[in-house]
Amino acid sequence: MNKTYDYIVVGAGISGAVVAYELAKRKAGSILILDKDFPTAGATGSCAAGIRAQFGTEFNVSLMKISLEKFENLHEELDYPKELIGLHQGGYLVLAYSEEEMENLRRNVRVQHKIGINTEILTPEEVHYRWPMLRLDGVVGATYHARDGHADPFYTTFAYIEAAKRLGAELRKYTPVLKLLTEGEKVVGVETPDGPIYGGNIVVAAGTWSTKLLKDIGVDIPLWAEKHEILITEPLARFLDPMVISFSKDFYAQQRPHGGFIMGVSPDDPEHWFDPKDYNIQSSWHFLKKMASTILEVMPFLKDVHIVRQWAGFYDMTTDHHHIVGPIDAYDGLWILAGGSGHGFMFGPSVGMILAQWIVGEELAYDITKLNWKRFDEGKLVIEPAVVG
Amino acid sequence: MDPEKVIVCRCEDVTLADIRKAIYELGYTTYDEVKRYTRAGMGPCGGKTCRPIILRELARYWNTTPDKVPMRPTMIRPPMKNITFATAVEVEDNE
Repeated sequence: MNKTYDYIVVGAGISGAVVAYELAKRKAGSILILDKDFPTAGATGSCAAGIRAQFGTEFNVSLMKISLEKFENLHEELDYPKELIGLHQGGYLVLAYSEEEMENLRRNVRVQHKIGINTEILTPEEVHYRWPMLRLDGVVGATYHARDGHADPFYTTFAYIEAAKRLGAELRKYTPVLKLLTEGEKVVGVETPDGPIYGGNIVVAAGTWSTKLLKDIGVDIPLWAEKHEILITEPLARFLDPMVISFSKDFYAQQRPHGGFIMGVSPDDPEHWFDPKDYNIQSSWHFLKKMASTILEVMPFLKDVHIVRQWAGFYDMTTDHHHIVGPIDAYDGLWILAGGSGHGFMFGPSVGMILAQWIVGEELAYDITKLNWKRFDEGKLVIEPAVVG
Repeated sequence: MDPEKVIVCRCEDVTLADIRKAIYELGYTTYDEVKRYTRAGMGPCGGKTCRPIILRELARYWNTTPDKVPMRPTMIRPPMKNITFATAVEVEDNE
């Protein structure tokens, strides 16, 4: 006979890990985290783990400001080695390739300054002076925010889960949820290969797998999987601090603390998968070639550097490229945190904390209620101009 | 032999002591987790050297044989052999 829990969190990526920890910290009750594989097995573990506050709306900049503060103090809050969480604040350098694009970046920076994110606007000459290794053909300007950066997605998630476990949460790995169990208008638990596990509140944080779980109980959300590819090089002595990105050329590239360069470029016309049976996570030659030619234009110094490995992961995309968060009020006790649309890792610490506040009925650190699941039907989409892909 | 001095993953400089700490002290008891916790197998050789050694350590923990250690089906992560960006630009895109 399985024990009954107050909260069952489905999915042990960054989102599930943060919610579980934040609930445990609030002594919300007994918590079980389930993952069909292991923590970080899905999108979190395949992501580039970039963290930036350089967004274009007050909403996203404010949330990322909270996330940055969380990341900056995570080692203390979670009592985890700072060098493992690996927060590296080398900044994000956003390159603009046309006057129009630069004007958009300037507008974003005005929003960022208002929120207290001190992004700099740079001329190509200033970029060249600071990062002479970059080739700036066609670059008309750039923005740079020094507190942006990246962290280790594995250790960050492990740190949250280990902290949640110390506070009493339980983790069951390799335990897929086959079905959410409902009675009338209420969720009562989950079905697993080991039998049912009962719980009064279910938080679905299963990334792209969330859609099918909810569909099977009659809840439709516009959340699909898109394959995005990525590669990493052999390690080199560290010499490039910032994550370098371009919205118009749709690429990002950074040097990891261990020296390897990690980079991605968006797919041309990705398929939208709503059902896990359709998923395809194979790497492609097409990506390899496109990535190599895109990045050599900006980082010609990589020409003779070896590519060690390619892989692919899923973006959990929504219609307006923002999370779906909050109660799924078709059923009492059902909650969701999914749909980060390529930004799930960086928003995890803030949005996951705020969802926990929402669940226990605390005042929200920032009002995210407009990310509710009904916004799509009500035509109240949340729009963000500054995204790659 | 001192586990602190036995290198299991030469690419990422991971010792046998690191592997055993992940398994026995921290509860990372599957191949996928040990890899992500220690970085063993993430270097240029892609785990060709360390993987059998880690599986043997995990088999001891699970009291089974290496082929029965819990592991997610392997996803092929090209390139099979490291290639340069200059070479990658030249690849024939036949897809």
